[in-house]
Amino acid sequence: MFPGVRIINNSYKAVMDRRNEIMKKAIGIDYEEFESKGTISFDYERMMEKTGYTLSEIIGIQEESGVGNTPIMEMKNITELARKISKNNKAARIFVKDEASNPSGSFKARRAATAVYHAKKMGYKGVVAATSGNYGAAVASQAAISGLKCIIVQECYDSSYKGQPEIIEKARKCEAFGAEVVQLTVGPELFYVFLRLLEETGYFNASLYTPFGIAGVETLGHELIMQCRERYGKEPDCVVCTNAGGGNLTGTARGIIKAGARDTKVIAASVDLAGLHMASDGQFNKKSFTTGHTGFGIPFATWPDRTDVPRSAARPLRYMVRYVTVKQGEVFYMTEALAQLQGLERGPAGNTSLAAAFSIAQEMDNEQMIVVQETEYTGAGKHIQPQLSFARENGIKIMFGDPKEEIPGMNIILPEHPSLLNAKDLNLNDIKKSYIENSVERISQRNIQDVEFEFLMEETRIEEEELANIIREIGRWDNGKKR
Amino acid sequence: MILKGRWVRIHKVVLEPVDRAENLPADTGKVPYEMWVKGFLTEDAELGENVFVETITGRIVEGKLIEKEPAFNHSYGNFIPELLEIGLQLRKIVSGGENNQ
Repeated sequence: MFPGVRIINNSYKAVMDRRNEIMKKAIGIDYEEFESKGTISFDYERMMEKTGYTLSEIIGIQEESGVGNTPIMEMKNITELARKISKNNKAARIFVKDEASNPSGSFKARRAATAVYHAKKMGYKGVVAATSGNYGAAVASQAAISGLKCIIVQECYDSSYKGQPEIIEKARKCEAFGAEVVQLTVGPELFYVFLRLLEETGYFNASLYTPFGIAGVETLGHELIMQCRERYGKEPDCVVCTNAGGGNLTGTARGIIKAGARDTKVIAASVDLAGLHMASDGQFNKKSFTTGHTGFGIPFATWPDRTDVPRSAARPLRYMVRYVTVKQGEVFYMTEALAQLQGLERGPAGNTSLAAAFSIAQEMDNEQMIVVQETEYTGAGKHIQPQLSFARENGIKIMFGDPKEEIPGMNIILPEHPSLLNAKDLNLNDIKKSYIENSVERISQRNIQDVEFEFLMEETRIEEEELANIIREIGRWDNGKKR
Repeated sequence: MILKGRWVRIHKVVLEPVDRAENLPADTGKVPYEMWVKGFLTEDAELGENVFVETITGRIVEGKLIEKEPAFNHSYGNFIPELLEIGLQLRKIVSGGENNQ
């Protein structure tokens, strides 16, 4: 042995055991500060306030790097289509906020701009992000502007080295912005590789889930409300957000609230991938959506603190009033409709909320407004044609029919007629209950404390009495105790 | 022979199946956890040899040399006839050509 030489154990277990220490260095936030010691609660608003930036600071940061101020457009032909096929010939006006016009082609530029700004301010030489999605290109693009180095870690291939065309395109885009792309096979060990890279480089963890990342999306919600007020003289009735990790919805909803639009409802939409296991090597290439789907949406809603930071700033249950799913075939269909009727080639994954909005608009009146709050860029690999082509190569049957009958991993059913496109409501109360169960599971051998009860009320927006009933059902409530 | 300084892709097994995370689906747990990285070759080498590369960010990474000058070949895929039908149907409905009422 050489004196002074530290032997570092890099086994999976050893690296995972020192995850908190690695993350602390790589983010510079002491999350302990916001914890309510010995309980499951933490002070979310104080975390957002103390570690984030104010809305006006963020608007400034984003303007500097060409992010934001994206156009809002009325989808007149799609609205007309909705009215022609709806049961009572009514449908709300459908609008789209064209986030694809951000520098990296998606709303993720908003999240990346604040993360990279913060990294630079703190003196980090580079940034690392774990993402197979648009966020990689967003971080790479922002890092290029800031002169920081950038490493993107992707889950990309199955064990036969067959890659998702959409993810390969995103790798290309990251490289185009000068980033290094580390590509991996299927599995949660991506986090292990990610931690080792943070340790090796000393770079900043440009996590999707930091307070500044989420605060970066607040400008989207804020901008959207301002644009609606200025151009259409009113606030939208509904805003639909494609939901995966919950950050898009959380940030947008916070921005809407900051703009003072108290009556605008925020609706979550995910692609239904029920039955497919996200960590399965064999099923990896059986899906045609790599984000915006229930495989992320449900687990992140029912337990947000499963990310690459100790406390996720994305807490969608605090903000959504409704959660719907749409089928892969429905999103592909709407993607084609957007091109054919509105002359806009976008998505596909970002059009999840458009497919949902098309259906929800038909429940509304003609003078009401529904806004789809994002679009994303499209290109080789990341486009309905190569994605359907890839699905067919992988044995997925593509056909016209009733999308209700679609079975993820087996077939993709394009609606035979647009009237067959129907967003399906998830039971939001069940999702909230599941979140409460996951929370209460972390309390061992004792009753829930008042501070925890209040925290769960904030997290789920469930009324006091109902929450008490749920907790009694779980068996962690002292029946004799009155609040 | 691939010359030093060429842009290449390497492959590496990060974790053997026995070293992987617990609670993986069976199909995932029985295969190794693998990684691919691109960089400049640090020494002349042949395909299949164990080499070092310097990545675009300046990291030195070890792995098996599998490809010289890797390119992106992802495309717009094969013809999907269904897409033509969607456009035709939608335009017909919007322009009033289909009676839906």
